[in-house]
Amino acid sequence: MNPIDFLLSPLAYDFFVRALVASALVGVACAVIGSFVVLKGMSFIGDAVSHAAFPGIVIAYMLGLPIILGGAVASIVTALGIGALTRRSGLRSDSIIGVLFAGMFALGVALFSSIPNYVGDLFHFLFGDVLGISVSDLLALSLLVLILLVVVRILWKELLFATFDPLGAGAAGLPVRRLDDLLLILIAVTIVISLQAVGIVLVVAMITTPAATAQMLVQRFGKMISTAALIGVASAVAGLYLSYAFDLASGAAIVLVETALFLLVLLVTSLRGRRAA
Amino acid sequence: MTTAMPAAKTTLAISIKGVTAGYGERAAITEVNLDLAAGSLTAVFGPNGGGKSTLLKCIAGLMQPWSGAIDVLGAPVGVHATRVAYVPQAEQVDWSFPVSVDEVVAMGRTPRIGPLGRIGAADRAAIDEALERVEMLNLASRQIGELSGGQRRRVFIARALAAEPEIYLLDEPVTGVDPVTQEKIMNILDAEAARGRTVIATTHDLACAAQRFHDVVALAGRVVVHGAAQLVLDREVLEKTYGGHLVPLAGGGVVLLDDPHHQHGAHEGHE
Repeated sequence: MNPIDFLLSPLAYDFFVRALVASALVGVACAVIGSFVVLKGMSFIGDAVSHAAFPGIVIAYMLGLPIILGGAVASIVTALGIGALTRRSGLRSDSIIGVLFAGMFALGVALFSSIPNYVGDLFHFLFGDVLGISVSDLLALSLLVLILLVVVRILWKELLFATFDPLGAGAAGLPVRRLDDLLLILIAVTIVISLQAVGIVLVVAMITTPAATAQMLVQRFGKMISTAALIGVASAVAGLYLSYAFDLASGAAIVLVETALFLLVLLVTSLRGRRAA
Repeated sequence: MTTAMPAAKTTLAISIKGVTAGYGERAAITEVNLDLAAGSLTAVFGPNGGGKSTLLKCIAGLMQPWSGAIDVLGAPVGVHATRVAYVPQAEQVDWSFPVSVDEVVAMGRTPRIGPLGRIGAADRAAIDEALERVEMLNLASRQIGELSGGQRRRVFIARALAAEPEIYLLDEPVTGVDPVTQEKIMNILDAEAARGRTVIATTHDLACAAQRFHDVVALAGRVVVHGAAQLVLDREVLEKTYGGHLVPLAGGGVVLLDDPHHQHGAHEGHE
């Protein structure tokens, strides 16, 4: 098969085209939110919030409700819970995150194990199934990505100021705590819309890896986001083709491409001796 | 313990009444009463853990006092937040953050511009003037991590200037900078006070406090003294503030043995 045929032949399948569009949109959303997550050192929160979606998904499944809704509610409640408990308990946030992370995931596993004779969708919940995305799911995903981008655009300056210097921003009258909560909600939403593509276990890579790769390459926040988006989209496309060609799990293929790009950029920048600090 | 007030100045910029505040179970400042006039240039000095940063954070609305009340520009803290600029300690800033000098200074305009708004002509002029005043216009496109220590301080001074505030709250603005930069920063703060703006800075540099500020507040958990800047050289004031760990020098000066880091120009850190 020549390379042109390799690229074109899967495009004959509607499910592949839908998967490409969905993965690219997820790549953009994760890049935007991921840049804030990386700079605020919140990757662990991302991992916790994604695992916390699991009980929500299982409960929604048991009640016959939309799975994405159940995941969103559980993720947002957990994300805001991490913020509130950290402020009240006097414990370090990573302890709170570790407790909620495991507790919520255990709840999901327990509930799932109570469903009689049913294991079919477990793999999809945990590792994603972007090749199985429906037209209506894709439309819902597109709408959520659009809302996410509009919110970030409106509050761009405020989010940047509060992320860079929360003390200065707070003293100048910006509602830093509410901006923090908003960011947690945006992280939860990003994770939920990414679950179909990569699943609960790997979604943190979609958020963290392209943004971390971009931070090594550029020195402006705006460029970091656009570079991360480019990496996210390119990895999604390359990953899907790899998944198609070698019959691999799509989410894992996308994350492996992102990881390879990260290691490549790390190698190149350290060889160049740039950003030694 | 509060002694003579500074020379009569008419308008009150900041009024602190019976404020106690701290972290966890420990009070960092206790029953603090202070009145600061508009146009005053005040240095807050005292030992590590004496509550300098806590006092500044309470005035900035970044910490809620356990008790007492603070009025800023005639209203409770927070009401006039856009007229207050806060400069954090240098080590509280993530210098690897991907922003340029220009972008940091532009943050000073963010509360004025509001969501969705873009930087207008007046904002651009204020940003450029601020960069000019700290002599950083030629470095505007640098990433902040590429700057020297003195340049890093000047970026945040510029951000405060760009906000065109009525009150400046600066946490150790001259710590760890060379004498030339210190002179430049103090000239700017002095000029702002002369225009009627109120400046409060924490410092460990007693010579700077005595020479370049109008008033001083000695803070050791409680206010030891609030008065004219020369009080900083008063032996009794220093003993009360630092607990007597002083070594007199020939020529009337003193060396403090309170904090081994002090001579290296180190900072107060989180209390």
